[in-house]
Amino acid sequence: MAKKEYSFYPGCSSERKASASNYMVSVESMCKTLDIKLNEIPDWNCCGASIGYAEGGELPRHAMNARNIALSEKHNPGQDIVATCAACWLGAKETHERLSASERLLADTREVLKEAGLDMDYKGQVEIRHMVEVLIEDFGYDQLAKPVVKPLEGIKIAGYVGCQTNRPFGVAGESFENPKYLDKLTEIMGAEPVEKYDQKVTCCGGALAFSEPDKSQAQIKKIIESAYDFGAEMIVTPCPVCQMNVEVYQDQINKKYGTKFRIPVTYYSQLMAVAYGSNAKEAGLDGNIIRAARLEEIAAKPAKK
Amino acid sequence: MSELNKAMVNKYRNDFLKEVEANVEEGDWVKMCMQCGVCSGSCPFGPYWEHPPQEIFMMIRAGKRDDVLKSESMWMCTSCYNCIVRCPRELPITHIMHGLANYAHRLGIAPKMNPTRRFAKLFWKNITKGGRVNELKLSIGLYFMDGFSNGIKKGLEMLPVGLGMVKTGRLNPFALLGGGKCKGAGDIHKMLKKAQEIENRRKGFAS
Amino acid sequence: MADIKIGAYVCKGCGLGERLDIAQLVTVAKREGKAQVAREHDFLCNGAGVAMIREDIEKEGINHVVIAACSRRAKTDAFGFDNVAISRANLREGVIWVQPDTEQTKEITQEMAADYVRMGCAEAGRMQVAVTNPAHGSNKRILVVGGGISGMTSAVEAAKAGYEVLLVEKSGVLGGWVGRLYRRMPSHEPYSDPMETGVPELAKAIESNKRIKVYLNSVISRTSGAPGQFSVDISKESGGTTTENVGAVIMASGFEPYDLNKLPELGGGKSPDVVDQAGLEALARTASGGAIKRPSDGKEVKSVAFVQCAGQRDDSGKHLAYCSGHCCNTSIKQAMYFKDANPGVDTVVIYTDLRTPGNGEDFYRSAQRKGVIFTKGKVSEVVPGTDLQVKFKDLILNEDAVAKADLVVLATGMVANSGVDIDAAGGAPNVEGQPEAAAGNGKQVSVLNLTYRQGKDLPLLKHGFNDSHFICFPYETRRTGIYSCGPVRRPMDAQQAIEDATGAALKAIQAAENAALGRAAHPRSGDLSYPAFRREGCTQCKRCTVECPFGAIDEDEQRYPQFNESRCRRCGTCMGACPVRVISFENYSVDTVGYQIKAVDVPDQFSEKPRILVLACENDAYPALDMAAMNKIQYSAFARVVPVRCLGSVNTIWINDALTAGYDGVILMGCQKGENYQCHFVKGSEMAHYRMSKIDDTLKGMSLEVERVRTCEVAITDIQRAPSIINEMAETIQKIGLSPMKF
Repeated sequence: MAKKEYSFYPGCSSERKASASNYMVSVESMCKTLDIKLNEIPDWNCCGASIGYAEGGELPRHAMNARNIALSEKHNPGQDIVATCAACWLGAKETHERLSASERLLADTREVLKEAGLDMDYKGQVEIRHMVEVLIEDFGYDQLAKPVVKPLEGIKIAGYVGCQTNRPFGVAGESFENPKYLDKLTEIMGAEPVEKYDQKVTCCGGALAFSEPDKSQAQIKKIIESAYDFGAEMIVTPCPVCQMNVEVYQDQINKKYGTKFRIPVTYYSQLMAVAYGSNAKEAGLDGNIIRAARLEEIAAKPAKK
Repeated sequence: MSELNKAMVNKYRNDFLKEVEANVEEGDWVKMCMQCGVCSGSCPFGPYWEHPPQEIFMMIRAGKRDDVLKSESMWMCTSCYNCIVRCPRELPITHIMHGLANYAHRLGIAPKMNPTRRFAKLFWKNITKGGRVNELKLSIGLYFMDGFSNGIKKGLEMLPVGLGMVKTGRLNPFALLGGGKCKGAGDIHKMLKKAQEIENRRKGFAS
Repeated sequence: MADIKIGAYVCKGCGLGERLDIAQLVTVAKREGKAQVAREHDFLCNGAGVAMIREDIEKEGINHVVIAACSRRAKTDAFGFDNVAISRANLREGVIWVQPDTEQTKEITQEMAADYVRMGCAEAGRMQVAVTNPAHGSNKRILVVGGGISGMTSAVEAAKAGYEVLLVEKSGVLGGWVGRLYRRMPSHEPYSDPMETGVPELAKAIESNKRIKVYLNSVISRTSGAPGQFSVDISKESGGTTTENVGAVIMASGFEPYDLNKLPELGGGKSPDVVDQAGLEALARTASGGAIKRPSDGKEVKSVAFVQCAGQRDDSGKHLAYCSGHCCNTSIKQAMYFKDANPGVDTVVIYTDLRTPGNGEDFYRSAQRKGVIFTKGKVSEVVPGTDLQVKFKDLILNEDAVAKADLVVLATGMVANSGVDIDAAGGAPNVEGQPEAAAGNGKQVSVLNLTYRQGKDLPLLKHGFNDSHFICFPYETRRTGIYSCGPVRRPMDAQQAIEDATGAALKAIQAAENAALGRAAHPRSGDLSYPAFRREGCTQCKRCTVECPFGAIDEDEQRYPQFNESRCRRCGTCMGACPVRVISFENYSVDTVGYQIKAVDVPDQFSEKPRILVLACENDAYPALDMAAMNKIQYSAFARVVPVRCLGSVNTIWINDALTAGYDGVILMGCQKGENYQCHFVKGSEMAHYRMSKIDDTLKGMSLEVERVRTCEVAITDIQRAPSIINEMAETIQKIGLSPMKF
C-alpha cells in the first residue's frame, strides 16, 4: 500500500494532556499500520468550536479557520486537510465552503489574513476532511479489514455517531438519520455492531454540557440507556466531545437518576489500533476513565497472524 | 452597546425582518420559512426553548423585536444541526439561531445571566488569548462564573470528573501556568481586531 | 342456432399437460360441450397453435371458439379472431395455479378443469358473433360549450387534430375568467413571476381557424341524440335558434366566484376596499403594472392583506366546504402585482394551510424572496374603514393579532356552473332552487338541456361539480359522448384547465370515432355488441330506464324502453335489472351465463364435494383472482368462477338457477360502491348490492341458509382477500352442510 499523506489539523483537544489526547495516541497507531503520514499544520489554532459564534460572530470565526487553511496551503501545499475532531472538521469545512461561495467574504478574509502576513489561494483542489472520510474513501472497508490481526470477537458495540461528523455535512453516501459507517467499521474489526441502536445520532448536548448540565445529561442518559437496552458492552464514537460527554458524566447521571451506568466509550481509532495489533497504551486505552476491559484483554493477547 | 441597540431601532423602525436580514448571519433566509415546524420538532432541546425556531421565524416577521432578541431561546442551541438537515426549505437554521444570539449579544440585550452566553464569552476569551483552548482554565472559569463560593462548590462537584481526567492524562493540572498557546498568538490578535473592524463596517455598527 | 359450430382447443402448455388429463378434457368438450371440433395442442398460443385454430375457422367453418388454456385476460392478441365468438376456459389461473400439485387433489383439480371446459362450451353455444350496432351515427363534429380558457383550448386542440368544432359562448366575448385576469400563474420554469394570460392570442387563433365555428351570446337550448348523432339547438340571446348536428360534446361551462356578499364578517359588501380575487384582477388591469389604487378613494395601496379560504373549507355548513385549489397561488400572484410594481408595499397573506402543489412551491418561494409575508392565521373579522383592520388568530404564536391594510382581498372559492342538479331535481325537468344552492351561488340554469329521460344536465358527484372522474378516467361523465373539463368538474387553475381541456378534446374525438364505427366507448372501448330487447316480453316496468347508470335508455311514445345504443357503455346493468329477462347482448346474456352455471357438474349430497358459484366482476375481482393465481395463492377447488361485465349485470335468476341446481354457495364480487365508488360503471355494484339485499327472502323460501349467498366488494389489489373470501364460503358450507337441493 502506497504511503498516503495529508495535512493534519489535530485540534485543541488532541493536544498532549488534553481531553482527547488518547484519541490522538490511537490515531497515530492506526495511521502507522495504514501507512498514513500526517503532516501537522504548523502553529494551527482553535477552530472556534460550536460555541465560538456567540462572542466571535461571523468574520472573526472564519478568520480563525482561514488562518489554519492558509497555513496549510503554505506549508503543506496540495494536501487535503484532515481533522480528527468533529468540531474542527466542521468549523474548517464551513469556513472553506462559505469562502468558496462568497467573493466578498473571501476578500474580507484575505484582508484579515494579511494582518498575519498570510494569504490564501482558493482553487478548490484541497478539501477539508474528517479522518473517517479518509478511511472510508481513500481506503475502503475491504482495505481497512486487511491489517486486522486481533479481531475484536464477541464484543457488542453501539456505534454512537453523534452530530457533528454527521450533520450538516456528514459522510458521503450515509444518511443523516441512520449513518452506518461506525457499524461497518466495528464489524470489519471483528466486533458485533448493535445495529438497532436507536440513539446513534442523538445530540449529547455538546458545549452545553458545561452551561446546561442537567439538560445535557438527560440527553446523555438516553444515549447510554439505549446502548444498554440493545445489549451493547461498549460505545464507540468518532467525536471527542461525544466521547467526553458520554463517558465522564456517567457517575453524576447515576447519582441523579439512580442508574448504574458504567459503559466504556471509545474511539473508532482505538478499536482499529487494537485490532491492528497495538497494545493498550498504543491504543490510548489508558486514557479511558471507564476502562475498556474487553479491549484491553484483546490487546494483551498475542496476534493471530 | 445599548447605544448600538438604539441606533438599530432607529435605523429599521418597525421592520425587524429587514434588520435581521441585514445584520444577522444568514438572516436573509428568515423570510423563506414555510412554518412547517420540523425544526422545532427536531431540536434535542426543543422543550426548553421558550420560542422554538419556527416561532422565532414567525415572530421576526411579526416584528416582535424585543421578544426575540431578549429571549433565552436561541441560547438553547446545541449546534447539533438536526434542524438544518431536516428543513424542507433548506434554511440554515442553526446558523440563523447562532446569528440571532450573536446579534442580541452584540446589541447588549441578550439575557445577561444566561449560562451559555456566559460560557461562550469565556470560551472565546480563552481561545483567542493564546490561539488554542486551555481546558483547565476554561473549566475553572466556568465554575467560578457565579462567584467564588459557588465556584468552590461546583469545583468540588466536578472534582471526581476532573481527577479522572488528570489521572488518565487528559487534563493538565499545570495548565494554569500556560498551555494552549500558539506562536502566532499575536498575529491572531491582530487578525481578530481587523475582522471585527470589517464586520462592524459591513453591518453599519461602526460608530 | 343450427349455424353454430364450436371448436374447442385445450392447451398443454404452461404445465397444463403435466397437471391435467388433457385427453379427458377434449372428450368432455366433444361429448358434453357439443364441440364439432376438439383438439389439444402443446403450446396453443404459439404460431402453430393459432394457425391450427385459424385453419379450423377457415376450413371447418368453426365460428365459435373455446380456448381452454389461460385466463381471458392473457394472450388476447394471439386468441383474437375476427368474426368469431370466443369463450375462454381458464385452466391455468383458474385451476392449476390455485390448486396444490398433489396426488390426493388430482381428482378434484381435474373435475374443476372439466367444469371450466363444460362452461366454456356452454357459453360459446349461447353467444352470437357481435356485429356493429346498426343504428350508429357518424357525425364527428365536436361541440364545445363554454368559451373560457378550457373551452377555447378544447376547441383549438380538436381543430388541430382535424375535427370540425362548434364553440358556444353565452357572453359576447371569448376568454372567460382567465380573459379577465391581469396576468396568470406561470406555467413554466422558473415559476417565479406572473405571466401573460395568452387569451387574446388564443381568441385570435380561434377566430382565424376555419374549422372552428363560434357562437357568441348563445346558449344550448336542447341536446338530444347520442354519440355520433347529437342534435343541438343553439339559441342566441337576441332570439333565433340554430340546430346543429355533432358527434360529441365537451362541457366547459366553468365556474362563478363565490359571492363576496355572503361574507359580511370579512367585510364582503361592507367596504369597497374589500374585494375578491376577481375584483383585484380588475384593479390590477386598470393599474397595468403601475401602482394599484383602491376603489374607495383612489389612494395608492401601500399595504394589502390577502385572506385565504374566505368562505371556503368551511365546516359550519354556511359556505363552501371544499378547497378551490388555485386561490393560494392566485393570492401569491396578486401579492406579486404589488411587490413587482413597488417592493415597498406591505403584502401579507394570511392562511391556515398554504396549498401550492407541484411547481406552485417554486412560485411560493419566489414570493417569499420578493418579500411577501406569509402569516399562518385564521381571520375572524375584517373591520371596514380607511384603515381596514384584519383581525386574526396567529396560529403559530397562538395569540390574537391585527393586521392593518389599505386593501383586503378575499380568496373566495369556485362554484361550478354545472347546470341543474338532476338528482336533487328527482330527474324531473324544470325544478329550480336546490338544496346545494345554499352553499353555491343560488339558482342554476341548465347548461345542456338534455332531452334524456334521466335529466337535463350531467349527474353531479360532490359539491355541485360534475361526476367526471369515474375511477381512473378523467373527463368521463355518465353521459356517453359528453365530456366535462375545467373548473366545472373540479376546482382548478388555468394551467390545469388547459391540460384538462386537451384531454377532454381527445376523449371527445375517441367517442365520436368509436360511435362512427358502432363500437362502445370506454371502458368497454371497441366492444361491438349492443343491447337488444324483446319488445313482446317487456312489461314496461321501467327498471332499465331508471337504473341505467348512463341515461342511455329513454322511453318511446308507447312507454317501451328506447335504447340509444351509442350512449350505452355495455355494462349490462339493464340486463341485471330486467325481471322478465328480455334484454341481452349478442355475446353476453342471461343465457351465456345461465348455461355456464347449469353446465357445471354438481355431485350429489353425499359426495362431500360442494359447489361454490363465484360471479366476479371482470374489472377488479376477476383480475384480483388472476393475480392471486400468479402468486400461487390457493383457494377451494369447489369454486367455479364466472366473470361478469359488472356486478350490475347480474340477474337474480342466476342465483336462483344456481341454488336450484344444487350449488352450495354463491359469492358475488364487485367493486367498491357508494360515494367513493370504484365501479367502472358507477352504479353497477351499488345496484347489485341493493338487489341482493332482498335475496334473503328467496333463500328462506327455498329453506336455505342465508349464509349461502354473499355479496362483497373486492378491489383489484385484494389478491389475498379474494381467495380467502372463497375459502371462507367453503368453511361456511362445511359448517352448515351441503345444500339439500341437489338432484
